[in-house]
Amino acid sequence: MDLNYTPEEEAFRQEVRDFLKENLSEELATKVRNGRELNRDDMVGWHATLQSRGWLAVTWPKEYGGPGWDAVQRHIFDEELALANAPRTVPFGLAMLGPVLIKFGTEEQKSTILPRILDGSDWWCQGYSEPGAGSDLASLKTRAVRDGDHYVINGQKTWTTLGQFADKIFCLVRTSTEGKPQQGISFVLVDINTPGIEMRPIKLIEGGYEVNEVFFTDVRVPVSNLVGEENMGWTIAKYLLGHERTNIAGVGASSEALNQLKALARKVKRNGQPLAKDPLFAAKVAEVEIDLEAMRLTNLRMLFGSSDAQGSVSSMLKIKGTVIRQAINDLSRRALGPAAAPFPSEDVIGNYGVSPAEAATNAANYFNNRKLSIFGGSNEIQRNIITKETFGA
Amino acid sequence: MDFTPTEDRRMIADSFRRFLADKFPAERRNKIAYEGACHDADSWAGMAELGILGALVSEEDGGFGGAGFDITTVFEEAGRALCPEPLLGNLLALRLYAAHGKAERVEAIIAGAERAAFGFDETDSFGDLGEIATAASGDTLTGRKTVVYGGQAAEWILVAAKTASGKLGLYEVKASDAEVLSYPMIDGGGAAEIILDKTPATCLSDDAQAAIEAALDAGRLALCAEAVGAMDVLKDMTRDYLMQRQQFGRPIATFQALQHRLVDFSIEIEQARSIVIYAAGNLETEDRALAVAKAKNLIGRAGKLVAEECIQMHGGIGMTWEYAGSHYAKRLIMIDHQLGDTEDMLRKVMALTDISVAA
Repeated sequence: MDLNYTPEEEAFRQEVRDFLKENLSEELATKVRNGRELNRDDMVGWHATLQSRGWLAVTWPKEYGGPGWDAVQRHIFDEELALANAPRTVPFGLAMLGPVLIKFGTEEQKSTILPRILDGSDWWCQGYSEPGAGSDLASLKTRAVRDGDHYVINGQKTWTTLGQFADKIFCLVRTSTEGKPQQGISFVLVDINTPGIEMRPIKLIEGGYEVNEVFFTDVRVPVSNLVGEENMGWTIAKYLLGHERTNIAGVGASSEALNQLKALARKVKRNGQPLAKDPLFAAKVAEVEIDLEAMRLTNLRMLFGSSDAQGSVSSMLKIKGTVIRQAINDLSRRALGPAAAPFPSEDVIGNYGVSPAEAATNAANYFNNRKLSIFGGSNEIQRNIITKETFGA
Repeated sequence: MDFTPTEDRRMIADSFRRFLADKFPAERRNKIAYEGACHDADSWAGMAELGILGALVSEEDGGFGGAGFDITTVFEEAGRALCPEPLLGNLLALRLYAAHGKAERVEAIIAGAERAAFGFDETDSFGDLGEIATAASGDTLTGRKTVVYGGQAAEWILVAAKTASGKLGLYEVKASDAEVLSYPMIDGGGAAEIILDKTPATCLSDDAQAAIEAALDAGRLALCAEAVGAMDVLKDMTRDYLMQRQQFGRPIATFQALQHRLVDFSIEIEQARSIVIYAAGNLETEDRALAVAKAKNLIGRAGKLVAEECIQMHGGIGMTWEYAGSHYAKRLIMIDHQLGDTEDMLRKVMALTDISVAA
């Protein structure tokens, strides 16, 4: 047992800190800290900054342009970025499609697509969920029918995050209705500008716009855009879901959110004194801090542990990590009292000063982060995964 | 960072586990845990021989362990077996004797030749050592110590008492010089009321506040590890029961309502395991008090959840004395009553991390 990082790991942490100090602008960090919506340029620009150091595709092997880090380094990196209020990298090309192509793609797919993810030429988005296929993803109905050298795709995808910025979309489509539903699914790559694709925004509960519906009407896609074999899409989808996710618990992000909550509680007043002095409120903060401390260790146990518990532990981290984050968001909203109410338009944030600027989006963020326990395999699906392991069924 | 136990600790855990399985099968455990002195002299001697008591004290102080992870190794196994022996009382006494350089007594306890306990709580002092009323006068003590763990089976009682100058002192009393009212506890194991009336006492320290806090933190860490051991066993029992119990023509393990509840408390068990590692790793650092308080708060919440859910998911069987699981559930609930409960620990965390002051 040893709870300390090695000197090499500490040096690496310092290297990341130094990099952030030099390369993360105060303007961008403030935007992230204050929970403001990032535009396409913000995100593409941040990717370019990271890529300039070779630190963008952190999970890719070195030969494909990754930094060659181990899980611990990736964890330290994620943690430092979160604590510095750096934008989260957009995961669809980097953490999802990239690893899939490296594992299942042809040499040509790898050599043409991966560099374009790294240099920002292509923004990828994800076409998995459908109106009738959420947790039961294998029931998806979007059809791809072979016609010569093309597939013809008809159907609808939904919850496509940041699709409005995307150049390309990777999709799970049905290529066969024979056998079990899982056996007739394929993984295809589609250019978003192909005729027959229509993207429609979905306005979310807090008023924000980050997800979309995508409609496919007779969309023709070259057969060479298939990844892996026809009808092996489910294997790929499962690989992607099970792909090691060191950051699934979001410990760094929750730590930073907790820091901000405490700072806010010192700033706002209730009953004539700083909210932080209210024992009822402070007790709730302390309890979530204890849970977060335990989760930090649970996360480290997974990172430094053997691989035997990976599946079930990462599901546990997903559940507990999202619950903790949501609890912090809940307290951050409630800390504001009546001042949580104003709709956080630029005008209100900039000129009205009802709540501290860094907290003006707290209610919106609370509502938006209810998504955490729904997406990426809902927490109920995670419980099913753990159940399977528990009962060995 | 490394989360694998050392070879030495793994060996202690293995041998202690085998020993406990042999000495305390459920029925015999209950006989010892709830009857007489709640103590089996042969088993105690066997534990001493295995080095279980020596593992609780550092080499420097005459033992061969003493670090946070040594304590958790021993107590996690004790928790797995619901060991009824007075380990907690002797741990507290050992830490205090060691802190005051009483090498002879440490040696005797480690060898299993003598046993000791530590009286600190009084009925009006729970949660605050400053409220202790037992007081020294000359070479005697007068007062009453309540629920002294292991006090029913000890030759020596260490007592926290006010000195003439109003500080918190540490005294040693010969158990045979005091009035000792022994009883079994509701979750097994023994304790005693120690009544002191001008009872002869030896002063070990006239300013023992810091040493007492440190010993109590070691005790809290031990209880946390004991809880993790008990939770692991109770979870396995519950899982097995769900697979075996048939209702509506199928194992009740196939019902999602039960599956998800088992998952939810399993997550808390992993959290509990994590926070115990954190606290054990900080037992010798300046964060000791905070880390231990965090751990015992989380353990209090997790233990209650696991205990209550496991009783419920067992149905009527979980309510019976005969079923071993019910005793695990009781232990988990009652651990929260020892050395400060969930709320006491939360208050402590709040005091130590005052969020109204910027870090």
